[in-house]
Amino acid sequence: MIPFDQIFVQIVNGLVNGMILALVASGLTLIFGIMDIVNFAHGDLFMLGAYIGTTAFLTTGSFWIALVASVVVMAVLGAALQVTALRPLLGRDPLTTILATFGLSLVIQNYALWQYGPVPRKILEPVSGHFRLFYVEYPWYRIVIALMSAAIIGALYLFMKYGKHGIWIRATTQDRVMAAAMGIPVPWVHTVVFAIGAAMAAASGVLFGPTVGINHAMGFDFTLRAFVVVVVGGMGNLGGSILASIFISLLESLATIWVSPAQAVIVSFVALILTLLIRPTGLFVPTPK
Amino acid sequence: MSAARARGEGPSAAYWTGFVVVVGALALSPLVLPEFWQRFATEILIWGLLAMSSDILIGYTGMVSFGHSAFFGLGMYGAAAALLMLRPPNLWLALAAGLVAAAVVAVFVAYFSTRLRDIYFSITTLVFSQIFYVIIFTWTEVTGGENGLTFRQPPLALPGLFSIPFTRNGLHWFVLAVVTVSYLLLRRVTQSPFGMVLQSIRENEPRTRAIGYHVERYKIVAVMLSGLFAGLAGALYAVQNKFAAPDFVLFLVSGETVIFNVMGGMGTLVGPVAGAAFFLLMKEVFSRVFYEYYLIPVGIIFTLMVIFLPQGLLGFLRRRLNQ
Repeated sequence: MIPFDQIFVQIVNGLVNGMILALVASGLTLIFGIMDIVNFAHGDLFMLGAYIGTTAFLTTGSFWIALVASVVVMAVLGAALQVTALRPLLGRDPLTTILATFGLSLVIQNYALWQYGPVPRKILEPVSGHFRLFYVEYPWYRIVIALMSAAIIGALYLFMKYGKHGIWIRATTQDRVMAAAMGIPVPWVHTVVFAIGAAMAAASGVLFGPTVGINHAMGFDFTLRAFVVVVVGGMGNLGGSILASIFISLLESLATIWVSPAQAVIVSFVALILTLLIRPTGLFVPTPK
Repeated sequence: MSAARARGEGPSAAYWTGFVVVVGALALSPLVLPEFWQRFATEILIWGLLAMSSDILIGYTGMVSFGHSAFFGLGMYGAAAALLMLRPPNLWLALAAGLVAAAVVAVFVAYFSTRLRDIYFSITTLVFSQIFYVIIFTWTEVTGGENGLTFRQPPLALPGLFSIPFTRNGLHWFVLAVVTVSYLLLRRVTQSPFGMVLQSIRENEPRTRAIGYHVERYKIVAVMLSGLFAGLAGALYAVQNKFAAPDFVLFLVSGETVIFNVMGGMGTLVGPVAGAAFFLLMKEVFSRVFYEYYLIPVGIIFTLMVIFLPQGLLGFLRRRLNQ
């Protein structure tokens, strides 16, 4: 029998990881929902955001300034990438966007390797205390991560629901042509959505940075996980992908009680495949009529 | 092609002349090239076979597989298992073991992934290849884990007739023969009624279904066929390099396979081989200038080609190559 405290610690871990993943995946699902773009480079935007965070942290010494700086830089870079590489592909087969973003992913990954070298980097955590959770000293910072992620996702939700430009975005998602007819500048909405997605990826990168060593190859893991989440949650469905992030992360955390973390990934892959077979529209969306 | 076939004409003389010239040039290449480039030519052929195998799915059926590294890698480990366990090592059994390993994986992947379409198919194949990567990477007792497996090269032998160790050129010619035969087989498949149904699935899947074809069954066979030839490429690579490593099961190999197809021209069989040659040549040239960061310029060129040259380098030859 597995002791209860071990399960409880893993549940807390799963929730924290799930919130980070939700932050990455909600950017991905936003981009997919509005542009039909499957962004293969999303995890690499996450990784580059974390690296830019380390640079800003070294120059300013403040974690929070680093977070904001990285978000701003990545938003601008995201907009630039969308305009140069993805705008020409608008209206083509979604598969070509996988290819184009795969190319971008290679470029970003190797640029990071070139700029920052192969040795993993770390950002110092802004909140350093621990509290006792059964048999482990659990860092407060991990709780801060979960709360920050929830706050950012909440802000996005409010923006999408009540903000004028948020309504533009939802209108474009529902009907691109009609939105354009109503005078919404659709190409710019696309650019801004990509920038928002990149910024959210950067924010999660910087928040996640202190808990691991940042290296140039870490993005792919997150791309893959975010794909899993977005499919399990239902493509383009924001609420679904948040629930799915938590669900997948909980599964993986609980699996680490029995197997190594490297093997625990398989659990989420199996969850994806089962979802696709049983309910391809996603687990956390109402049945389409 | 169907029009030409209906009139009772085969492929044009120009096509076969081109075929003979290219195969002849490849056969002669080790005699004139310096040693480094000899090896390079053999590698191009092996990667070209992998690219061709995925073209059956990407170019002819319209299913972009992001998981070909699983088939390639399993072919490699299958061959490795045969070479390590059998005494004396036997080339043919190694290739057969590679094919069997890839076929088993292909049945498994095909059963699940073909129920899905478009990007969902791509993501599923990618996820499957990662599952196999994790298994191979962590199951150290059997697969050697991160270090992989090394073994000796088997001799070229026919039981009871002869047995000679591979020379540099001998290996090149052997690989060339296997790849050429594979090309002719795959070409025959694409022009068969079966291949026609695959192309019709690419053009209009609901309509193909409405005509009465069992689309899923055709897709399953397509994935298995493609996986089989990818496994053959993996087994050849194992024989050439005398090792099997988990790096070759990693998704990057699948990504490169897709790059070969896009660069060379999907749906031409020859195009992906040219794409492989172009990619490997670029890699070679750029890694002399940019060292290990060669993927920066290669990635930029690839992205530009996706945007501006979606047909690929040989796409303009599509009609002639498929006649």
